Amino acid sequence: MPAGSTYTPIATTTLGSAAASYTFSSISGSYTDLVLVCTTRVTGAVDNDDVLVTLNSDTGSNYSATYLNGNGSTATSGRNTSTSKGYWLYVVGNNAGSSTYTVDVINFNNYSNSTTYKTIISRTANSSNGAAARAGLWRSTAAITSITLNCPNSNLAAGSTFTLYGIASA
Amino acid sequence: MPLISTLSNASARGYGMFSGTPAATNSYESIATVTVGAGGSSSISFSSIPSTYKHLQVRGIIRDTRATNPDSLLLTFNSDSSTNYSYHYLNGDGSIVDAAAAASATYIFLSRFPGANQTANAFGGIVIDMLEYANTNTYKTTRSIGGYDSNGAGAVKLDSGNWRSTSAITSLTLTPANTSFVQYSSFALYGIKG
Repeated sequence: MPAGSTYTPIATTTLGSAAASYTFSSISGSYTDLVLVCTTRVTGAVDNDDVLVTLNSDTGSNYSATYLNGNGSTATSGRNTSTSKGYWLYVVGNNAGSSTYTVDVINFNNYSNSTTYKTIISRTANSSNGAAARAGLWRSTAAITSITLNCPNSNLAAGSTFTLYGIASA
Repeated sequence: MPLISTLSNASARGYGMFSGTPAATNSYESIATVTVGAGGSSSISFSSIPSTYKHLQVRGIIRDTRATNPDSLLLTFNSDSSTNYSYHYLNGDGSIVDAAAAASATYIFLSRFPGANQTANAFGGIVIDMLEYANTNTYKTTRSIGGYDSNGAGAVKLDSGNWRSTSAITSLTLTPANTSFVQYSSFALYGIKG
């Protein structure tokens, strides 16, 4: 039998002005999965740039990811291993048309168990760079209690929106 | 309840303790969860699925005992093991992008996840949507995103599947294409109201 409603908005923010970073902290371990929806743009005068997703403030070389990207003409796949940059998003910069943002939906499945490394699955819609999917790994058995987003080369642009949901299974 | 913090110039809005906004929505419900125990499991199933939702979603983490290559999932419905399934996929393995399809298959082929030769404690992740699963006028379509990374190997895969049946989905089974799920593999089934 169904155990009841669950897809709980934990917190959301819309940046009123450019910000160096944004952090969801003190994330409860009471859910099964987290879903982070990002509508993001950065302030750098570039077509696209990285936005890094750091978990529990871990800046060690404990992240890796495999990606699949289509840019309108070519499909590519690549990988980052043992990186300290965190899980990363590739979002539009200030060279993109105004009001253009990249949308990412990032799944942190079983984020609070203390037995397995944490797997991250995401999809990206980037009107400047195409469509992408990523599978990432954070080599830690710790529960995810904080998520920080930052752009190392510029700032998160005003109007960027980040919403974190928790899903609890029966 | 969780707290939120902003480091600069954000207009933050929280839920629960921060406002009167109800913490839970009413359209997404947990139906059941299966977590594999210490002995492993050759498959997992959800049965007696009610038809009271519009869509179903399975979310999970997966690893199996395969000692050679990463493995994939086989999805079947209502114990139908005949050739009523078809699927397409787009896959990236870190260097090569490939796409393939199969018609008249005996399952829907999904995702990639690690086995015994991959980094310990690394599991694959998956989200499967079964759209209009209770509609008795249409064949059933699935879509999923899944994959894994084990710091040196990995894959990410987009899948679509079709079950040529107008029956409502009342049960589903997920089986590793090879070997068995390991302990801590976990699958949760949710219903989404229309």
